[in-house]
Amino acid sequence: MSSRRSRQSSAGVSRISDDQIIDLVSKLRQLLPEIRDRRSDKVSASKVLQETCNYIRSLHREVDDLSERLSQLLATIDADSAEAAIIRSLIM
Amino acid sequence: MASTIMNPVTNTDSDRRRMRRKKKSMIKENQINPSHAVWKSETRQQIYSSKLVQALSQLSLDSPPPSSSAPRGGRAVREAADKALAVAAKGRTRWSRAILTSRLKLKFRKRKRQRGPAAAVAAVTGSIRSKKPRFSVLKLKARSLPTVQRKVKVLGRLVPGCRKEPLPIILEEATDYIAALEMQVRAMSALAELLSGSGSASSSSAPPPPSQ
Repeated sequence: MSSRRSRQSSAGVSRISDDQIIDLVSKLRQLLPEIRDRRSDKVSASKVLQETCNYIRSLHREVDDLSERLSQLLATIDADSAEAAIIRSLIM
Repeated sequence: MASTIMNPVTNTDSDRRRMRRKKKSMIKENQINPSHAVWKSETRQQIYSSKLVQALSQLSLDSPPPSSSAPRGGRAVREAADKALAVAAKGRTRWSRAILTSRLKLKFRKRKRQRGPAAAVAAVTGSIRSKKPRFSVLKLKARSLPTVQRKVKVLGRLVPGCRKEPLPIILEEATDYIAALEMQVRAMSALAELLSGSGSASSSSAPPPPSQ
């Protein structure tokens, strides 16, 4: 307790404990497919952050590709409105 | 007479029990399931798929009138998908609120016709703005390293609405955002498969009669 208090006083106003950060980082680590397969003990925080950034960027790219594909499909399907109504009733 | 007096009492009791059961089930779902498991549930994906289809059908209807943003382009589909994702998040996270408010600003400036979604979003954001920011300045041994700081800033820019937030908030938002993005990819790929499959079928066979 005293060590935490001294660390707090030296670092300024910090209301967050290190355990909370470690907990959040471990939760994030569980989601990343890259790090899940390797051994989780030797992964540093910066590696987790880097993998997170890469993963979010790749997900964004995937969503962009899918939305491009969907827009092309919608353009071809809009010509036939009966098909679109059937599709909508199937999905919903 | 006695029966009429008894009936309202039993009705309120059963109502209270039903409400308690609903509240308990809701609280259980929020506490026991972590956020990324909630995003993996089938119901969430179905809700998102239906909202996405509604948004996409609106998009195709709005395309004839000329607007500054490219209608029917991949960009418009991406924005509709992000908006549907933010609505599916029920506005509890910062990134969903940021997506909804940014879309709203564009809508107010360019089109003033639609006021339904604006009222709904205003109600949602007004009820949630009471959440105060709990975290202030923080420091960890590794946190003060410039490389870690840079990566945290990059991550903050990637997740919408988290540019100026401290580290724990960015981490929390990132976990929810990644789970939501994964669900978005699953739902959109399923929808694309469905559309491409039916498109190829319609081109090969004759169209069926509309009345049944």
